[in-house]
Amino acid sequence: MRVVLAEDLFLLRDGLIRTLREHGFEVVAAVDNGPDLRRALHEQEPDVAVVDVRLPPSFTDEGLRAALEARRARPALPVLVLSQYVDRLYARELLADGRGAIGYLLKDRVTRTEQFVDAVRTVAGGGTVMDPQVIAKLLARGDARGSTAELTPREHEVLRLMAEGRSNAAITRALHISESAVAKHTASIFAKLRIESSADDNRRVLAVLAHLER
Amino acid sequence: MRGQAGGWPDGTVRALLRCQLLSLYAFAVTALGALVVGVMLLLPVGLGRSLLPGAARRLRRLSDRYRSWATDWTGTRISPPDPLPEGEGRQRAGAVLADEGFWQDVRWSWLEPWVGGLLVAVPPTLAGFGLFGALVQPFVWRLLGPDNWYAFVLVDSTPSMLAAAVLGLLFVAAGLRLAPAVLGLHARWTRKVLAAPYTTELVRRVEHLTDTRAEVLDAQAAELRRIERDLHDGAQARLVALGMTLDAATRLLDSDPAAARDLLREVRASSARALQDLRDLVHGIHPPILTDRGLGDAVRSLALDCFLDTHVTVELPGRFPAPVEAAAYFAVAELLANAAKHGGGREVTIRLAHAGGTLTATVADDGRGGADPGGGSGLRGVARRLSTVDGTLVLHSPPGGPTTVTLEIPCASSSPKTSSCSGTG
Repeated sequence: MRVVLAEDLFLLRDGLIRTLREHGFEVVAAVDNGPDLRRALHEQEPDVAVVDVRLPPSFTDEGLRAALEARRARPALPVLVLSQYVDRLYARELLADGRGAIGYLLKDRVTRTEQFVDAVRTVAGGGTVMDPQVIAKLLARGDARGSTAELTPREHEVLRLMAEGRSNAAITRALHISESAVAKHTASIFAKLRIESSADDNRRVLAVLAHLER
Repeated sequence: MRGQAGGWPDGTVRALLRCQLLSLYAFAVTALGALVVGVMLLLPVGLGRSLLPGAARRLRRLSDRYRSWATDWTGTRISPPDPLPEGEGRQRAGAVLADEGFWQDVRWSWLEPWVGGLLVAVPPTLAGFGLFGALVQPFVWRLLGPDNWYAFVLVDSTPSMLAAAVLGLLFVAAGLRLAPAVLGLHARWTRKVLAAPYTTELVRRVEHLTDTRAEVLDAQAAELRRIERDLHDGAQARLVALGMTLDAATRLLDSDPAAARDLLREVRASSARALQDLRDLVHGIHPPILTDRGLGDAVRSLALDCFLDTHVTVELPGRFPAPVEAAAYFAVAELLANAAKHGGGREVTIRLAHAGGTLTATVADDGRGGADPGGGSGLRGVARRLSTVDGTLVLHSPPGGPTTVTLEIPCASSSPKTSSCSGTG
């Protein structure tokens, strides 16, 4: 799988290249600034891009803007955005086109190699991965507004994992419960929140996020 | 707050009535001016000394009324002179005589009737004369005999009466048309004669700057102490613990690999917490999104995290100086938190706009109101923080709501527009 990587800190870039190579990815370009990223995304046509939000020369949200531009030129180009902090406004902008193939994670998450690589694969496969912190903020708001009041604590937990973009299998592993129990919980959540259930994992994540955004 | 001369016909009629009021007040000004000078003539006799402070106070009350009218009616701000000197009896008369503002009032009381008073009399006179022509002439011209001139029309037949009526209507229209402009001109005249002298303004400015500078330095020192403490108790302490745990894990690596693995897991958890500590600290110093996107998107981001229904309207031309953006951001953040905590409402509307060199932020909620500007709701802190960038805060929160807080910061916008990609809030 061909990856374009944009990260301006040398140590982190080096570490990410190594991690990705170890897991069978081909890093076709590793750049450290916005203009180079734009060029690489245009010329390399990667299967997935891993992009740091803050890049030179402006040291603002250069990376995010480049990624959104590239997705306008090539819709649903898989992009995993990494950032030193997560902001719900950025999450919303990334999700705005409703096409999925988007990831938004705190940089800390790369230290959990397996989960990080899983996230890259999910995004490359058209899925959506949201950082637990974004989801926590969304759920806190949902709780305060009472929109998730009907859920049992267990369902609440399943909802959180679904919103983060985990598949049923991953939720099974994370909560140590059976696959059929997960299926039962998800069905109940969809019924209580009145969301259209979908067999497609990605569409399910987007539906859950859209519901929480309301 | 400020009754600008509005549109046709309400605003113009109101302006006309205000001109009429001002022209009537000119008599009061004349009388009071004459009184004060009369009292001053009595100064050589003891009586003048005891009467002067009272007369001066009355005159000041009248001139203050003119100042506030100018502000309320036309938005012309007139900075008042320093208050008249306090004190007892004879000493006070001396102090009054030495007061710059007093002499300003006296000068004004003798000039106002001749300049301001005559000026504001023009529109009502035109309108009154017009009304006479349009409404009264049709009924009285037969009684007035052959030499009945209305302006330049000799009214001696029905056609010439109709011409006079039309002319009268034109006079009324001219009076109405002139009134707002004359009111504005009068306000400018009032500012010219009644605004505090330049030196007074400068002294006030210096005092304000000295105060706010002291506050800024205090706040800055407190902020640095807080950061130092947060680093010391948070990230720094965690890193020390991390090093110790790593050391222990290294020692256990050969003898008890399982225990070493547990310790390393612990290391990972505390490094994550240290990162979170640092992130929170950075956010408290200067939120990254404010650097990235500026005030508009930073406030949109705040709104997204607020559990109330928050509607954000941003009409900003671009970026502002960093201190202004930060002051406005933290003020809005505090107000939003207040609305969520104390307001008891469901909806908040935030509007950011920039016009005439002033950045305005309005935060309104549909809660129960009754917020106290001096209370513990942090409003005073917000106002203090704003004052360091010459900003002001106006609170309007009647019991029962709604609450509206308006922040104003004088500033120019700088770089071109940069804004969110989705444009939603």
